[in-house]
Amino acid sequence: MSAASTTPIIERGTATSRIAAIAVAVIIALLAIAPQFLSAGVVDRMTTLFIYVILAAMWNALAGFGGLVSVGQQVFFGLGAYFAIRLADAGLNPFVALFASAIIVGLVSWPLSLVMLRLKNGEFAIGMWVIAALTHLLVNLDRLVQGETGTSLISLNVYDAGTRRVTIYWLALASMTALLAILFGLLRGSTGAAIRAIRDNEDAAASVGVRVTGTKRLLFVLAAFGIGVAGALWLATSITFQPKTYFNVQWTAYMIFMVLVGGIGTFEGAILGAVVFFLIETWFGGTGVWYLVGLGAAAVLFSLFLPRGLWGTIEERFGLRLLPVGYRVRLAEDAADPAGNGVHPEMTTTNRETA
Amino acid sequence: MTSPTDAAILSAAGVHKRFGALVVLDDIDFAMGEDEAVGIVGPNGAGKTTLLSVLSGAFPPSSGSIAFKGDDVTALPATQRCRLGLVRTHQVPKPFGGMTTFENVFVAASHGAGLGRDEAYEEALGSLKLCGMIGVANRRAETLGLLDRKRLELARALAARPTLLLLDEIGGGLTDGEASELVGTIKELRRRKIGIVWIEHIVHILLQVAERLICMDAGKIIADGEPRAVMADPQVIRAYLGGGPK
Repeated sequence: MSAASTTPIIERGTATSRIAAIAVAVIIALLAIAPQFLSAGVVDRMTTLFIYVILAAMWNALAGFGGLVSVGQQVFFGLGAYFAIRLADAGLNPFVALFASAIIVGLVSWPLSLVMLRLKNGEFAIGMWVIAALTHLLVNLDRLVQGETGTSLISLNVYDAGTRRVTIYWLALASMTALLAILFGLLRGSTGAAIRAIRDNEDAAASVGVRVTGTKRLLFVLAAFGIGVAGALWLATSITFQPKTYFNVQWTAYMIFMVLVGGIGTFEGAILGAVVFFLIETWFGGTGVWYLVGLGAAAVLFSLFLPRGLWGTIEERFGLRLLPVGYRVRLAEDAADPAGNGVHPEMTTTNRETA
Repeated sequence: MTSPTDAAILSAAGVHKRFGALVVLDDIDFAMGEDEAVGIVGPNGAGKTTLLSVLSGAFPPSSGSIAFKGDDVTALPATQRCRLGLVRTHQVPKPFGGMTTFENVFVAASHGAGLGRDEAYEEALGSLKLCGMIGVANRRAETLGLLDRKRLELARALAARPTLLLLDEIGGGLTDGEASELVGTIKELRRRKIGIVWIEHIVHILLQVAERLICMDAGKIIADGEPRAVMADPQVIRAYLGGGPK
């Protein structure tokens, strides 16, 4: 065994990742002032992109890091919109309602987790779908929603179109930034290590002192809250609320697509996947059925030939890590590698396939 | 020696474990003092691993009770027992495959031992060094071979700072050199006053560490005492060699 005479150092970032952190800050600052230079249509599209990033990041945290694969996350998307409608109807300022609604979604997901986290793997995945379908039916019973006819966030109409567009853009940008920061902080801390340990082997995690259920619950509630924010923001951009649109399983299908294409279990992968999905939709979204066929084909091709997704493959091949959440031990003899990038593909701490 | 006493750090009283109609543990009474090193031998299917699982809290006994450090822990799950200092390894290694070797051990140090970040780093590195794994610290655990996976089980359990360590066949398949390395590691743990319960088929390795030996057969303890006396016990020889009635 290697005899390291000096104490090894634990590294969290690399030279590249420190540059990446600055780049992220610059990009967010540029995005914040961008509406002044962009057309109304582009501002709307960018708002959509931010929502996609939130959705992808949340599903990735749940499935890629926590091993909780769900096909029913649309329940929180739909509820995020529904509670916003309800709160606005009760007289709350519509913009405030968006976030109050997400908090309620988080609160609702807590008791739900008591039941759902008892289920394992496939049972959990399908069970969530059942919950989503059931919730959809219950929401339809609300007279305010008028069944599948739906309703609108009418109170938003008191703001003129320009103000509304830019405000929603900023809210989406701020939400995305804050949620990504919270996720990154959580996954990078010791709770994040526990989350990944549970994903890899629940029994072993319990045997070394990890609070399995409590940790899973935290992740579940956070993902519900985040997706609730996304649902409420979507309502704000589209104004109308039709239950079957919001509680549609397509939302989860999109999340899975973004995460698989981007690279499951890597923080960067979910963001990249959202951007890729957004571009595909922008360029081919108008082609109707063929767009969906193309999405399906792309998902199949990725899972066959690039199972680690785009970012997972890049990370493996080039040892590139922009937003690392893992730990690396630098021994004395590695000290000559100042970049700390040590291109040892097998040493990266990505997730194996969980899906 | 087999009856629970006040001085016992770990004791089991009247423990049964049934899986359906199958009785795997049949009225086990067992107690060990602080800082003792107990070996457990017995033919396959004797219930050794099941006993370890019941002691560590992986699953509850069908009846009977377990006490650790004077408190009844029968109802406590594995997570809590680990935090109290009762930690096990797994016969079939259960690494966190998608995490690095260091991260595997770090989880135990920060959650099992409840250490803050810097202390957890130190504890994790220390236990990797002790188990000779610092060279593969950055390897993803799923890429490790069986020998390293077994070492990782030990390193990870150690990082949780046990007062009593339950080892399940960590010596299987080792060469003589590797085995003596392992014995050296265990002897170091003994110097640190960590109690040991060790299930092992390779008796000559076990006897270098164990001060007391228990032999199990068909869910019962059939012999318990000074290792050489236990190995010479006619019942033990019959359990292993399967001799018919004399």
